[in-house]
Amino acid sequence: MQLFDFNGGVTPEYHKEASTQSPIAVSPAPSRNGLKNFLVIPLHQSIGGTPRPLVSAGDRVLKGQRIGAADGDMSSAVHASTSGQVVAVEMRRMPHPSGLSALCVVIEADGRDEWIARQPFDYHQHTAAETRDYLRDAGVVGLGGAVFPTHLKISPGKGGKLDTLIINGAECEPFITCDDLLMRERAEAIIQGVVILRDLLAAGRALIGIEDNKPQALAAMTAAVQAGGHQDMAVVAVPTRYPAGGAKQLIRVLTGIEVPHGKRSTDYGVQCFNVGTAYAIHEAINLGQPLISRIVTVAGNVAAPRNYAALIGTPLHTLLANSQPLPDTDRLIMGGPMMGITLPGDEVPVVKATNCILVGSPRLFPPPPPEMPCIRCGECAKACPADLQPFELYWFSRAKIFGKAQEYHLFDCIECGCCAYVCPSHIPLVDYYRFAKSEIWANESEKAAADQAREQYEFRQLREAREAQEKAARLAARTAAGRAAATNALAMAPVTAPAATSAAASAVTSAATPVTEPAQTPSPQAALIAAALERARAQQVQPANTTNLTPEQQAEIAAIEARRAQIRTQAHPHLPPDD
Amino acid sequence: MLAALLVMALGAVVLGAALGFAAVKFRVEGDPLTEKIDAILPQTQCGQCGYPGCKPYAAAMAKGEADINQCPPGGDEGIRKLADLLGREYKPLSAEHGVEKPKALAVIDEQRCIGCTLCIQACPVDAIVGAAKQMHTVIAAQCTGCELCVPVCPVDCIDMVPVAENITTWKWKYPVVAIKPVTTQ
Amino acid sequence: MNNSPYLRQATSVQSVMLRVLFALLPGIAAYVWFFGAAIVLQIVLASLTALAAEALVLHLRGKPLAIFLTDGSALVTAWLIALSFPPLAPWWLVVLATMIAIIVAKHLYGGLGQNPFNPAMVAFALMIVAYPQFMSRWPGTDAIDFATQWQIIFGLHANQALDALTMATPLDALRTALHSTNATTVTVASALAHNPAIGLMAGRGWEWIAAGHLIGGLWLVQQRIITWHLPTAFLATLFLLAGLASTINPSEFAGPLFHLFGGGAMLAAFFIVTDPVSAATTPYGKLIFAAGVALLTWIIRSFGAYPDGIAFAVLLMNIAVPLIDMATQPRVFGHKKNGSNHHG
Ligand code: SF4
Ligand code: SF4
Ligand code: SF4
Ligand code: SF4
Repeated sequence: MQLFDFNGGVTPEYHKEASTQSPIAVSPAPSRNGLKNFLVIPLHQSIGGTPRPLVSAGDRVLKGQRIGAADGDMSSAVHASTSGQVVAVEMRRMPHPSGLSALCVVIEADGRDEWIARQPFDYHQHTAAETRDYLRDAGVVGLGGAVFPTHLKISPGKGGKLDTLIINGAECEPFITCDDLLMRERAEAIIQGVVILRDLLAAGRALIGIEDNKPQALAAMTAAVQAGGHQDMAVVAVPTRYPAGGAKQLIRVLTGIEVPHGKRSTDYGVQCFNVGTAYAIHEAINLGQPLISRIVTVAGNVAAPRNYAALIGTPLHTLLANSQPLPDTDRLIMGGPMMGITLPGDEVPVVKATNCILVGSPRLFPPPPPEMPCIRCGECAKACPADLQPFELYWFSRAKIFGKAQEYHLFDCIECGCCAYVCPSHIPLVDYYRFAKSEIWANESEKAAADQAREQYEFRQLREAREAQEKAARLAARTAAGRAAATNALAMAPVTAPAATSAAASAVTSAATPVTEPAQTPSPQAALIAAALERARAQQVQPANTTNLTPEQQAEIAAIEARRAQIRTQAHPHLPPDD
Repeated sequence: MLAALLVMALGAVVLGAALGFAAVKFRVEGDPLTEKIDAILPQTQCGQCGYPGCKPYAAAMAKGEADINQCPPGGDEGIRKLADLLGREYKPLSAEHGVEKPKALAVIDEQRCIGCTLCIQACPVDAIVGAAKQMHTVIAAQCTGCELCVPVCPVDCIDMVPVAENITTWKWKYPVVAIKPVTTQ
Repeated sequence: MNNSPYLRQATSVQSVMLRVLFALLPGIAAYVWFFGAAIVLQIVLASLTALAAEALVLHLRGKPLAIFLTDGSALVTAWLIALSFPPLAPWWLVVLATMIAIIVAKHLYGGLGQNPFNPAMVAFALMIVAYPQFMSRWPGTDAIDFATQWQIIFGLHANQALDALTMATPLDALRTALHSTNATTVTVASALAHNPAIGLMAGRGWEWIAAGHLIGGLWLVQQRIITWHLPTAFLATLFLLAGLASTINPSEFAGPLFHLFGGGAMLAAFFIVTDPVSAATTPYGKLIFAAGVALLTWIIRSFGAYPDGIAFAVLLMNIAVPLIDMATQPRVFGHKKNGSNHHG
């Protein structure tokens, strides 16, 4: 099979052997000081909206029970990872570089690990939309680290078909081995997940890309594909070079297609899922188990590096206990050494994005040498897999010229860290891009808020103008009614002529009609006017000088009325708001 | 020497042509000035500038009737952008119009609200909902933090609560550039 | 605590600069062999001046001395100045030039990484305009011994005898001959035929110095300190231009080998146009930049009034770098068009 290449990339030391010596272990039951077992399950664990909590303190939950419902379609549900009692729904510190808190469901495990009723979901019997909703409610998200809701990616491209389904088992970052071990030990389950994905996406073929430094995983996956007799699937060894496991890079290597930033890859006939995601789909569809656990690599500065199947919500100190962090540990990193984030503490929970907990020490990750000015050597550009000019982006981000940074495609940067890895001036380049990106996002949301406020304000101005107009109209109507009453008082002895009465009434009404019309809805004032008119009619007012008019007189009256109407409209804007 | 001069002249011509081309190609076709100014103003609609809203203030600036340093919510950054756009000298925020404050949202103490609707009428962006004699509440997503509802409330039940940072609004900080000598302690 | 990436390649500005200095050694060895040890004296002078000037300015600018003094960039500038100046130039000329390079051309523009012009070339251009009489003092065959050279450099030698001891470079000699009053009868061949400085291709010893720089430069390419684009484009353009012109009119224009191995062409190809700070940075931009330098160099050498045109050529092209870079932005992954445009 023909492979393609991507530009740039780096080859750091991989450090993968240590954590692949022993099989996946089940993470110990959570406990602190041997007292109580708590799980802290954040509601917001995927890209998109924060799920609404479905439980409150005191509720008993079962393993796999939904505790957070997706907030709209751009969101994903969360579930209790074990049975027990909800002790709180409160703000807890998140595994996030900010160290800020977010709403979490805290569950005290009862140790019985009692499942909800589990039923396989036969996707052949359901529509595509129903299957997507099912996956959303099963909380399946991308487990490669990006945690994008999987159900949003399951829509075939143009023409209801997809050329190539790509399964990402490249796992290019140093230290991380969770996908490697998953493929070695659970290859058949992964392939079953791939079958589901292939069916849902109507994919012509499925390519499983694995870096060639994982011979055992390659063998296991190939065996599983052969055992299943899948002619339309192929396991492909791709050259080991960071970041070959980036979705865009892997798509390029396997198919030669480049998916630009901000475009949907299905429009290019490809879609890419992580092997862990395929496994989670298998569990959700074939076993009826929502996503409540994942494989986490614990590596770095620990005595016993290893992979664990950890429940979502397990506090890190519990997860780490078995691997025994060494005494000179100075930080915990979630993810790998190239793209990981420094965690605020060891009490934060395992979340769906936790592929690896890398324990750091000054020996493993020495503090960077002092930052020097950029010498424009171009090393970063050579290393950039997105073919950017990182030093230009750095220059603009540093000077806060964000518009220029965007022109130079800041948002095509995948934050892989290759540029900072090779920079001889030790510039924390990616920090500048993260800074610039979050400033731009903040500016954009600020601008959206300002636009909304402007719209609201202008809408209100319009409404106030209309209300003022309506008020003016009512005022005019009231004046007309008053005049009618006055005329009534001055009137001579009433003449009982039905024809004349109706004429008078219609004259009054016709004077009132044009101005009351704008008031669409009946208001108390309108009712008053109507009542006044009614009274006038009941009293059968008949101004003598309005009967038997000559055509000339009628024309004159019409002209006068028109003039009055005009004056009234001119006066409207100046009427003070009352009420 | 002549050759050198010729080369220089040629370079100048090429550069000049390129610059001219760039000027033509990248010129921004502008909307009217008021719109551009209004786009910079924060749309808080608080009236602190002395005009009934951002748009009127923008119009006044466009006509040259108002100074550029009268909008406290826009703050220093806003003034700099206005100075840039209008080619005027930057000056600090005029104290008589107010001080720059961190953004806050109005929150109505729903226990104390008597439902008088005065705040609804004061809110320039319709961010308060409620009906006569009913409890009122603020739609946080629409509140601009203009504070106009605070003084009109007869029972003083509206508070301005500063907006706290959360996980979604958190921003990566500017990297520290200071070069520190390597110490061995 | 820093953010990701937590891993970094073992590299630094210092190691880059030190390798550049190392790559200059073969050329310097050839230089000493053919022209005596004066060049070493000049290198030492320039280096000391550069470090002192750098320390002074860093102190005035309140920057940490230890980090920037040891980054090696000042030394590279100093060595390039020494290597492009005549070895018998008076000591104060080199000192003055180095000071200008470091203080004006480097630090007044913002220091390391910020200077739009190549500092060594700024110094060279200024000196050749201000003191042309000292800029053609190459040692003649009688001035190879260090004692004589020392005396000349420090002005201890009687001035009258100087002319006999020094000589112009082959490039300079050729230009003077071709442009002299009886230029109509002089051809390239005749001008070079009687010159004691002429060696195999481009002057006695010159081609060996150039060969030394070529070896050092190729090593730099192998070390991935510089890319092939700049030297290749420079040398190829110079070769083609000179080849074309000398084929058309061999009596007026010197041949390609003379151009490539004469003067500072090799030094320029691998050490001067490759100065990352002031050169173009995009792959196509590098080709255009280096070709431009070569074109201007050849024009100034062939028609101009100065012995070598590299300094002026480099400075002129330095001006164009931002434009070149802007126009040659590489295609970004997934995008169709080249160049910078609004994203999305
Ligand atoms: S690698 Fe570093 S020094 Fe070199 S151009 Fe990029 S940012 Fe500048
Ligand atoms: S972090 Fe961004 S700019 Fe740097 S190499 Fe990766 S994609 Fe390129
Ligand atoms: S002061 Fe208030 S009303 Fe005036 S421009 Fe600023 S935000 Fe708008
Ligand atoms: S002004 Fe105060 S009391 Fe009146 S409705 Fe608004 S919040 Fe309630």
